[in-house]
Amino acid sequence: MLLIHCPFCKNRNETEFVYGGPVGANRPDPNLVSDEEWVDYLTMVPNPMGPVYERWWHARGCDQWFIICRDTVTHEILENPSEEP
Amino acid sequence: MKKYSAFALVKEAFNNHLGWGRAWRHAQPKKRYKVIIVGAGGHGLATAYYLGKNFGIRDVAVIEKGWLGGGNTGRNTTIIRSNYLQEESAAIYEKSRSLYETLSQELNYNIMFSPRGVMMLCQTEHELRAMKRTYYANRLFGVQTEMVSPMRMKEMIPIINTDGPRYPILGGLWQPRGGTARHDAVAWGYARAISSWGADIIENCEVTGIVREASKVASIQTTKGSIDCEKLCFVVAGSSSLLAELAGFRLPLESVALQALVSEPIKPVMDCVVMANTVHGYMSQSDKGEMVIGGGADGCNNYSQRGSFQHIEETVRALIETFPIISRLRQLRQWGGIVDMTGDRSPIISKTPVENIFLNCGWGTGGFKAIPGSGWATAELVAHGNPGKLAAPFSLARFVEGRMIDESIAAAVAH
Repeated sequence: MLLIHCPFCKNRNETEFVYGGPVGANRPDPNLVSDEEWVDYLTMVPNPMGPVYERWWHARGCDQWFIICRDTVTHEILENPSEEP
Repeated sequence: MKKYSAFALVKEAFNNHLGWGRAWRHAQPKKRYKVIIVGAGGHGLATAYYLGKNFGIRDVAVIEKGWLGGGNTGRNTTIIRSNYLQEESAAIYEKSRSLYETLSQELNYNIMFSPRGVMMLCQTEHELRAMKRTYYANRLFGVQTEMVSPMRMKEMIPIINTDGPRYPILGGLWQPRGGTARHDAVAWGYARAISSWGADIIENCEVTGIVREASKVASIQTTKGSIDCEKLCFVVAGSSSLLAELAGFRLPLESVALQALVSEPIKPVMDCVVMANTVHGYMSQSDKGEMVIGGGADGCNNYSQRGSFQHIEETVRALIETFPIISRLRQLRQWGGIVDMTGDRSPIISKTPVENIFLNCGWGTGGFKAIPGSGWATAELVAHGNPGKLAAPFSLARFVEGRMIDESIAAAVAH
């Protein structure tokens, strides 16, 4: 089980959280992008082997949404990731 | 290839069983192949087999990073069924199930197909309604299923508790010709067949690069050197996103660990497969007597072939209410595999943005049952360069067209 660092509640068990998926691209204005770019936004999420930025929701806690960087192989949550999402 | 038969067995009995030989050759890569299939799991080997059998393409290499059948083919709970809601799914899964019926004879290799019946439990009113809808859909597509009352279910599966209280059983969807098979044997049987006609199976050979010439692939770089190919087919389940990235395109997939466990062996208590979708618990009894239990997927995407503790606990906790008899059983083994999930929980059998690369992935949590049908459809796609009737609905284009084949609603869970 993961020990996830909530910005308010500090380290809590994974079971208190709801996974929000990898952080994808920001929602573009559908009127300004091509169909391909829109489909890309709707269907593609990052699926790397290694560190990935992802959203979590402290649903059974303080209700906060936040972003962590987790390694998808080792489950290690990186405190000082090299780049921002 | 030495033919397996009663006669061969008697003959070898007088020869101290020294003459059997290896079931398939361990090959080293040649300079060039007509078709290279990446991934020697069930789907990859089946694709190679039907390429040879249906289309006469036998200049084929199946390359594998690890060992043959060591990924999800060797990690699933071996359930075979075809009671899907959507017409496209029912077509390919029923094709697959019907191929399983005669696969042992066809391959001359005992895959131990056991059509013992699959029972899908309805544990909420909504699930009961959804299963009835599936039952009617199955009738229309010619997939043989029937609805079963709780009373009849108790007769069929005496160890089941139908009274709840949390998850009472309101009915069930019964597919009498569903069942199980020996998962490793499916991979081994296909491997033996393709090896006998000269296709190469190359294990411990990881793809490290893909060399493109204009819009086509010319060769692949591997840990065993560079290999040229005319056509390339990716059949690598959870690693599909990584290979696609090497080839220069992206896929609408998320990789996640799915896990299973077996109990210690006990005497026969249950002669069919039971699937409890509401609680993500799938149980059957192996020929060795172990209760084989499949659970839900992990809560977050990952590539650790391990699985998380809390999800296995959730599965077992819920199943104990339905099967009180398993509460004192000890767990013998637990393992995980990486499955590739699409948004609509249906597979991808498709052409790709690269002209001569073909793709078979996205089987998510239910790929084993589809192995023969998937191989059949993918072989057709690779041989002709265009999908046949079975594969066409499962193209990548469906994500652009919004033409989803929504099995996530049909099954209410990952399947």
